[in-house]
Amino acid sequence: MALAKRIIPCLDVDNGRVVKGVQFENIRDAGDPVEIARRYDEQGADEITFLDITASVDGRDTTLHTVERMASQVFIPLTVGGGVRTVQDIRNLLNAGADKVSINTAAVFNPEFVGEAAARFGSQCIVVAIDAKRVSGPGVTPRWEIFTHGGRKPTGLDAVDWARRMEDLGAGEILLTSMDQDGMKNGFDLGVTRAISEAVGIPVIASGGVGTLEHLAAGILEGKADAVLAASIFHFGEYTVPQAKAYLAERGIVVR
Amino acid sequence: MQTVAVIDYGMGNLHSVAKALEHVGAGRVLVTSDAAVIREADRVVFPGVGAIRDCMAEIRRLGFDQLVREVSQDRPFLGICVGMQALLERSEENAGVDCIGLFPGQVRFFGKGLREDGELLKVPHMGWNEVQHSLDHPLWHAIPDRARFYFVHSYYIEAGNPRQVAGRGHYGVDFAAALADGSRFAVQFHPEKSHTCGLQLLQNFVAWDGRW
Repeated sequence: MALAKRIIPCLDVDNGRVVKGVQFENIRDAGDPVEIARRYDEQGADEITFLDITASVDGRDTTLHTVERMASQVFIPLTVGGGVRTVQDIRNLLNAGADKVSINTAAVFNPEFVGEAAARFGSQCIVVAIDAKRVSGPGVTPRWEIFTHGGRKPTGLDAVDWARRMEDLGAGEILLTSMDQDGMKNGFDLGVTRAISEAVGIPVIASGGVGTLEHLAAGILEGKADAVLAASIFHFGEYTVPQAKAYLAERGIVVR
Repeated sequence: MQTVAVIDYGMGNLHSVAKALEHVGAGRVLVTSDAAVIREADRVVFPGVGAIRDCMAEIRRLGFDQLVREVSQDRPFLGICVGMQALLERSEENAGVDCIGLFPGQVRFFGKGLREDGELLKVPHMGWNEVQHSLDHPLWHAIPDRARFYFVHSYYIEAGNPRQVAGRGHYGVDFAAALADGSRFAVQFHPEKSHTCGLQLLQNFVAWDGRW
């Protein structure tokens, strides 16, 4: 009996439609989030992550409505992130049917918000999203920093220290995205994945860069991630969730 | 049409539980904190998330400790996650909290630095793990032994009476994943989030006469 490593398809949603860009640009339309979530649910996905990238204020209602529709049809855990800034934002998402919410930029500008959210709603539903970028050159001890605004703005915060701090404040899980790898399909940044996964006692989801099934396996075996997240390899039909699970099982990884 | 009351004591989102019950044809599903409605219901579900001290404080303030004792005696009753833990005698969480005490046993912390086969086990225990049937119970109908369910918890149940353990889980330590006593059944995992097997368990619950 061992806990299964999780495969999490991620839906980037803009104004009620799933999109996925290469390094957050060149956005391609990939469909209705509820339909896509249902497809992944039927395929045996272990969770669904829904990242709201809607910029407009009006779009927030669309998001809540989409989460509500999804939660009444999909009976696996649903994490929702993007633009989560206040306790009220979290309450609205949980009430709409999200099981966990992911806090990103708001944690950087106001770390206490993570503590407040965990105290109010419980660590089990508070995910902190970390967008990390390698800042060290070749040949020196690698170092990664937190970036905001889709990887454009450095914060000077060390990614590994930051992950520990988020755990101390009550985060229940870390969603780690490598901004160097995101959308590149060259695989996860295994260095930062492993560094963070070994630094904290809470589960870490590896994200950013999956192009092949071996990338998923490497995230778990070398990166020591507890879960792996991918978007485009699933959205564009390159691989199905059962194919991914069969591959991981062949590599000796426990899957559901 | 039968009614299923989902007890609402203000701790977290009950949407998922209610939706899943509706999905399996539970009849009228009422998310409620009205004691009269709960007493009238044919079946009662007692969910819970968050910290046990806050949960128990609300449960006591609303008088639901007595209500739960009463309604769980004579009709199918299902505790889920912290709703299960609240049924034990005492929890180690929040420096120690007395719970309702319907099942003998304790709620213990998995602990930091939990290891198995040299590997560090992350806490919370989050994800899909196996449940081994240890009682032949109607709520396991059509669910394979060792099927995986979705768990998310940092505290686990050490049952005081091994004969009440309906399902066993393991994560560094053995724990009670399901407890059964008469018309009472309780699960540590989230059936409402456990896909086909979870929905089957809820369907079994809404079809159950409360005996076994």
